[in-house]
Amino acid sequence: MWVRFVGRRLWQTAPVLIGVSLIVFLTMHLTPGDPIEHMLGRAGSVTRAQIEELRAHYALDRPLPTQYALFLGKAVTGDFGPSYSQGRPVVEVITERLPATLELTLFAFVIALAVAIPAGALAALRPHRLFDRTATVVALLGVSMPGFWLGIVLMILLGLRLHWLPISGRIDWALAPESITGMNTVDALLAGDGAALRSALAHLILPAITMAAPMAAMVTRMVRSSMIGVLGQDFVQFARARGLPEWRVVGKHALRNALVPTVNIVAIQTGMLLSGNMVIEAVFQYPGIGKLAVDAIAAADYPLVQAVVLLYAVSYVGLNLAADGIQAVLDPRVREARA
Amino acid sequence: MSVDVRHEALQTVTKPLQVEERRQGAPILAVKKLRTCFDTYRGQVRAVDGISLSVRPGETVALVGESGCGKSAAALSIMRLVPPPGRITGGQVIFDGQDLLALSRAEMRRIRGRRIAMVFQDPLTALNPTLRVGAQLVETLATQGAARGRAARQRAVALLDAVGIPAAAERMRAYPHELSGGMRQRVVIAMAIAGQPDLVIADEPTTALDVTLQAQIMELLAKLKEERGLAILLITHDLGIVANFADRAAVMYAGQIVAEGPVADLVREPLHPYARGLLRCVPRLGRPDVPIHPIHGSVPDMVAPPAGCRFAPRCPEAMPQCRQEMPVLKRQPPTARTIRQNSEGESLARGGTVRRVRCHLHPGEGGNGR
Ligand SMILES: Nc1ncnc2c1ncn2[C@@H]1O[C@H](COP(=O)(O)OP(=O)(O)OP(=O)(O)O)[C@@H](O)[C@H]1O
Ligand code: SF4
Ligand SMILES: [Mg+2]
Repeated sequence: MWVRFVGRRLWQTAPVLIGVSLIVFLTMHLTPGDPIEHMLGRAGSVTRAQIEELRAHYALDRPLPTQYALFLGKAVTGDFGPSYSQGRPVVEVITERLPATLELTLFAFVIALAVAIPAGALAALRPHRLFDRTATVVALLGVSMPGFWLGIVLMILLGLRLHWLPISGRIDWALAPESITGMNTVDALLAGDGAALRSALAHLILPAITMAAPMAAMVTRMVRSSMIGVLGQDFVQFARARGLPEWRVVGKHALRNALVPTVNIVAIQTGMLLSGNMVIEAVFQYPGIGKLAVDAIAAADYPLVQAVVLLYAVSYVGLNLAADGIQAVLDPRVREARA
Repeated sequence: MSVDVRHEALQTVTKPLQVEERRQGAPILAVKKLRTCFDTYRGQVRAVDGISLSVRPGETVALVGESGCGKSAAALSIMRLVPPPGRITGGQVIFDGQDLLALSRAEMRRIRGRRIAMVFQDPLTALNPTLRVGAQLVETLATQGAARGRAARQRAVALLDAVGIPAAAERMRAYPHELSGGMRQRVVIAMAIAGQPDLVIADEPTTALDVTLQAQIMELLAKLKEERGLAILLITHDLGIVANFADRAAVMYAGQIVAEGPVADLVREPLHPYARGLLRCVPRLGRPDVPIHPIHGSVPDMVAPPAGCRFAPRCPEAMPQCRQEMPVLKRQPPTARTIRQNSEGESLARGGTVRRVRCHLHPGEGGNGR
């Protein structure tokens, strides 16, 4: 059953990926301006022959379907050609930045869930009481506040006024550990370097909280409503009637069931953490994929933009796959229904 | 289907019993003037409005009445599991000599499962859909301190076996939705008896099952009752089940008990007009010539129940007095049947002799307006 489940889900993602790649490919051709001109924009005067030569080199003189097939074939192997703005292969630029973003996303993810799951469950236990009402207001703020605004407020308050936390960058450069995974906290741990770890964490806190806030708000609401539904079900009453202690009734039986529908929201929100971090990385001058994307767009660096967009799409698809898998682990009925 | 005790481990589970002796003893459960209401935006729903009821060891007492009359609310009140916005507002639930309503939460939790167990109406929703039935049964045993680890697994298999689940050891790995309705209810019953309770409250245990399974499940409960000397509070609106399986019955209407007595009396000589009405709703097997008469109208709004007798708006025998004065539950003279059985020294016959009715037509022997 598991093999079928996983196989089928993987197969179902193929059309999504093809669709996204097509859109990414076409946007490059539909946007005004000639890529070659963009590429040569900074190169001064070039001859028409040189332009034609470049066109042929990048296969831009071929029919669109052929170009797409070529693009796809290369993309699959991770070859997006050279970045216009940096002159290095796009893959290289991205792999250099990816660990920073992964690290930040992971922190934001952990913070969001660590806050949202207990908060949502607690709110559901006593709906409309003080904790629930407080959580509702805070969640509403979390959802409606523009992310960068919270970032700026935190930055001014905790960084500039109180000087508790650094306001930009990933780590104090003097302390940077030798890069093994590229994630400073992990590398610092591997090197057993406490000072580097502290510096990396201090740099992570503000952007991570800023990113986690809207996700925590959404997930809290979702856990709350899902939990309220589950708590009203017979099996919860039956668990109590069997004499199970309340923490077990709520923490095991009710929560497990309440998390099943929540997993999807968590996946979507995590996707948004990954892809929606451009503004926040820019605000905190955090050298990750988001900031790279902003810079690439500003520089009309099409190959880089394409690669980043595809990366986002793939991670969305991957997250949704993971969500399905987790749901299937939590609930046997999901396993069967989707197998 | 016969359900026999096949597993040795079960010998330790089964209690030695002298059912007939215990039937005459003190009640294991005595509910006194219990009140439970739900606070809604429309006002207080008085779901349980001062009911009194007792169950002796080895006895099956049925609680019958139309949908919405407060049967489940009464059952959940006894377990102290009324969901918000409901709350118990008064009365006592004396179980084995102690008032459950006076216990701390922790003390009450130790009563649940170990002393009083519950069987729910719909076995599909009563089991956690995401966990294997074996795990849920083992968890129950572990919580109740009955057994842990391997011993608990063995005990769980023995319990599934005892409730008539074939290939019990394999079924342990099944998820609830993989079992049929009847099997699921057997699992629920196995979980209910896991803690060797003295009293099982079965809230419409067969309503969600199809007819052929209903008798099987009731027979299983009856058998477990005999084997283990259980007391059963059986909530149902199926008078056929009441007639076949209960010793005594209490008829509930709009949060109150309106009639109570031995089942034989209730079925043969119902005194209360509502009880008579309920009986006329039951189709008679093989007697299509006997017409069915549904009770007209519907249960009253429990936020503002009618003044006087709550059944008056629907009662074919209502008198002017009925609309002004609430009748009290009064003891009625014994029927010829119980007199005869008494004289024959059969005073322990099913359900005893006492019957009470709440109706102006039956002023009764006075006093004892419980
Ligand atoms: N959660 C609730 N909120 C408000 N009112 C409720 C709630 N639960 C029950 N009630 C009310 O309490 C009364 C009794 O309900 P209860 O569930 O005990 O009826 P019942 O006799 O078990 O009916 P059924 O045969 O349908 O199970 C009904 O009038 C119902 O509307
Ligand atoms: S008291 Fe009156 S209305 Fe009520 S059941 Fe008796 S006869 Fe009917
Ligand atoms: Mg009910």
